[in-house]
Amino acid sequence: MIDPAQSHPDRPTATASPHAGAPSPVSRRRALQRGVRDGFGAPALLLFASYLGFGSLVHSSDLSLFAGLFSTISTFALPGQIVVIELYATGATLTVIAIAVALTNVRLLPMTLSMVPHLGRVARWKLYAIAHLIAVTGWVQALGMFGRLPVAERLPYFTGFAGLLIVATLIGTTIGFLLADAVPTAVSLALVFVNPLYFALVLSRNLTVRTHAWAMALGALLGPWLHLASPDWGLLATGLVAGTAGFLIGQNRRQPRND
Amino acid sequence: MTDLWPWVAIAIGALVTYFWRALGVALAGRLSPEGRLIDWVTCVAYALLAGLIARMVLLPVGPLAEAPLLARLAAMVAGVVGYIVTGRNLLLGVLTGAAALAGLAVLHGVS
Repeated sequence: MIDPAQSHPDRPTATASPHAGAPSPVSRRRALQRGVRDGFGAPALLLFASYLGFGSLVHSSDLSLFAGLFSTISTFALPGQIVVIELYATGATLTVIAIAVALTNVRLLPMTLSMVPHLGRVARWKLYAIAHLIAVTGWVQALGMFGRLPVAERLPYFTGFAGLLIVATLIGTTIGFLLADAVPTAVSLALVFVNPLYFALVLSRNLTVRTHAWAMALGALLGPWLHLASPDWGLLATGLVAGTAGFLIGQNRRQPRND
Repeated sequence: MTDLWPWVAIAIGALVTYFWRALGVALAGRLSPEGRLIDWVTCVAYALLAGLIARMVLLPVGPLAEAPLLARLAAMVAGVVGYIVTGRNLLLGVLTGAAALAGLAVLHGVS
């Protein structure tokens, strides 16, 4: 089963003829299947579990299952989704919600910036379409795998991987929502507790970056106080004040380098 | 109108989120993902999330308020310990902490 497209993995994709060097549909389909296969297991299970918590949160905030599913498929970035539901539950205005989600999800900008150049020459509309699937789990997997894949197979691989994840998150949202009602109160509390715990653990991986560590420590300290001071603007103020302070402190304490 | 409100909030959240992804596609190759502006913006995002997590645990809005503060803090610690003990396994860490909270809630009289 030798695939002709794989014999020239490093062939430049920009060629005179639009068909020369194009991957065969077979190799693209295989890359897609491989992405789905790689997603099956730990990555899908983990996202499933974290979206169980999201589904329970949606239920406990008196929103419908469809609102939860709409959030998952249209946003597909859990922190921002939780920010929306939590701020909704505290009665924040739309302006506050929009700014808070923008600040929470701005990390998708550098993630997309660093991923797109690895995809080679791809139609713009395809890039704008798969950009919607970029979130932390798929992004980490993509950057880890892309070095081992021919350029032309990267987009289908990522599509398969992230596509499976979005299915897992939709199932997680649904089951989490339904479980919230069906299980004893203590278990439904545990389901809602998955959200803050999961993010605390995920964020702890960034404690090695000094600026990020300061930003998170100051954010955790300030967050509850500023929320008490202003339930509406407290979260935004926390991000801006603690984030900027952490950035400045972390930078100043950085070892001098010859940049 | 009140039934429509959460949908509008979710849709705005989704549009704002997609905006960053689309901007990433538009600027790819022209803006470095490792500049100082991006680093600052990432710090703000992390601080906001850390602040939200702390608020969710210390001052929960929803059903988590039924579990006492001490149980929430202890379950958080249990989750972190479970995560580290299992060689930084996220799934097992989350399971440990969530199970701890359920157990402590039962001990506190939540059924």
